[in-house]
Amino acid sequence: MIEINHVSKWYGSTFQALKDCTTKVAKGEVVVVCGPSGSGKSTLIKCVNALEPIQEGDIILDGIKVNDPKTDLPKLRARVGMVFQHFELFPHLKIIENLCLAQEKVLGRSHDEAMAKAAKLLDRVGLKVHANKYPAELSGGQQQRVAIARALAMDPIAMLFDEPTSALDPEMISEVLDVMVDLAREGMTMMVVTHEMGFARKVAHRVIFMDQGEIVEDALKDDFFGKPRSDRAQKFLSKILSH
Amino acid sequence: MNYNWNWSIFFEPAPGGTGTYFDMLLSGLWLTIQTGIFAWIIALIFGSIVGVLRTLPSKTAYWIGFAWVEFFRNMPLLVQLFLWFFVLPELLPRSWGLWLKQMPNAPFYTAAIGVGLFMSARVAVQLAAGIASLPRGQKQAATALGLTTFQGYRYVLLPIAFRIIMPPLTSEFLNTIKNTAVAITIGLIELTGQARSMQEFSFQVFEAFTAATVMYLLINIVVVTGMRFLERSLAIPGYITGK
Repeated sequence: MIEINHVSKWYGSTFQALKDCTTKVAKGEVVVVCGPSGSGKSTLIKCVNALEPIQEGDIILDGIKVNDPKTDLPKLRARVGMVFQHFELFPHLKIIENLCLAQEKVLGRSHDEAMAKAAKLLDRVGLKVHANKYPAELSGGQQQRVAIARALAMDPIAMLFDEPTSALDPEMISEVLDVMVDLAREGMTMMVVTHEMGFARKVAHRVIFMDQGEIVEDALKDDFFGKPRSDRAQKFLSKILSH
Repeated sequence: MNYNWNWSIFFEPAPGGTGTYFDMLLSGLWLTIQTGIFAWIIALIFGSIVGVLRTLPSKTAYWIGFAWVEFFRNMPLLVQLFLWFFVLPELLPRSWGLWLKQMPNAPFYTAAIGVGLFMSARVAVQLAAGIASLPRGQKQAATALGLTTFQGYRYVLLPIAFRIIMPPLTSEFLNTIKNTAVAITIGLIELTGQARSMQEFSFQVFEAFTAATVMYLLINIVVVTGMRFLERSLAIPGYITGK
């Protein structure tokens, strides 16, 4: 589904954010990407739908080369859902309108069709009663669930999560993770940048550990938590799991 | 001071034979309003386009926006009006220049377009600042949903940015109206022009300019009230510009 082949990326001419990264996410697979801050994990996930350009290597999404200048990027991006650390709901639109905008403008669905879909998804994330509120009137956890629903409204073939719980208060993290766990169990293809190791243990198939722009470790979940091969991954795990 | 106050001068017939001095001022007021609104529409249209150009990733777009803004804001408005009115017709091929000079209402169009373009530079800078003040994630979220750059601006970035810059835009609207007074120098007999003719005919300089001042004040109170109403009706609940 998602293939990342020897990808390198530089910011400016000096700072190399990604160094020869290679990995893939198969259909129905849940892959968690973790690593210390500044390790390039967010950059990597943003390269998958070309929010960030890459300078070397290839990224192939459902058989389509993302970094090919001929690729119709808006069309391709519409098929991949993305959830951001800071939710990024559109503040001037009501919750339901946030879910309808791209359905109507990108997929060309009728307003009624989009509304029906949006209502169904809001119900699914437990926020139907808030449909006519504005994003700023919701809590962080609620906003993030809306953001997930907004991505799902496009009927994506895969979902990208960029630290979806990092900006949330602790008591709101679980309501977002619950939605993600459900999604994973339904067989959604997911690439998730997160520090939530509990989530990784529960639903991930594979865990990727990154440090300084490199994929240091790419292992099955049980191998990763059981016996990480690299020192750096061991150190990282011991730091975040010690509390 | 040896001055004969005569507040009833407004009801005396003006030498033009078309009515009282008050009618004369009213016709000036009406011309000021027309010029101001025409100029403001031009300022908004060009200011929006140029403001957006300044925020696009394209270098060419940025330079076009940069050149536009620096050209129109670094020259005094008076000089610009002289350029359009006296110099431009001479630079054009003879027949075009002649056509321009003989155009009916030439001072009106020159003033409206001249003031409009001058103000467009200011609108552009404010809009660009408004767009730049939005979190980067807003654009990314729009892009990730599959919206094209145009759609992203149309449905997400501009509606928020315009709300944010509403207060300074109100000031610019007022400035546009006040700046039309410069058009007196190219023969547009708007409110300031009529006040001056009234003074020349009647020698009641204080009455004439007091009336003009009150009229400017009235237009601007209407504009401020209108803009405040607009601002309030567009406010986003819970967001920066909200209540």
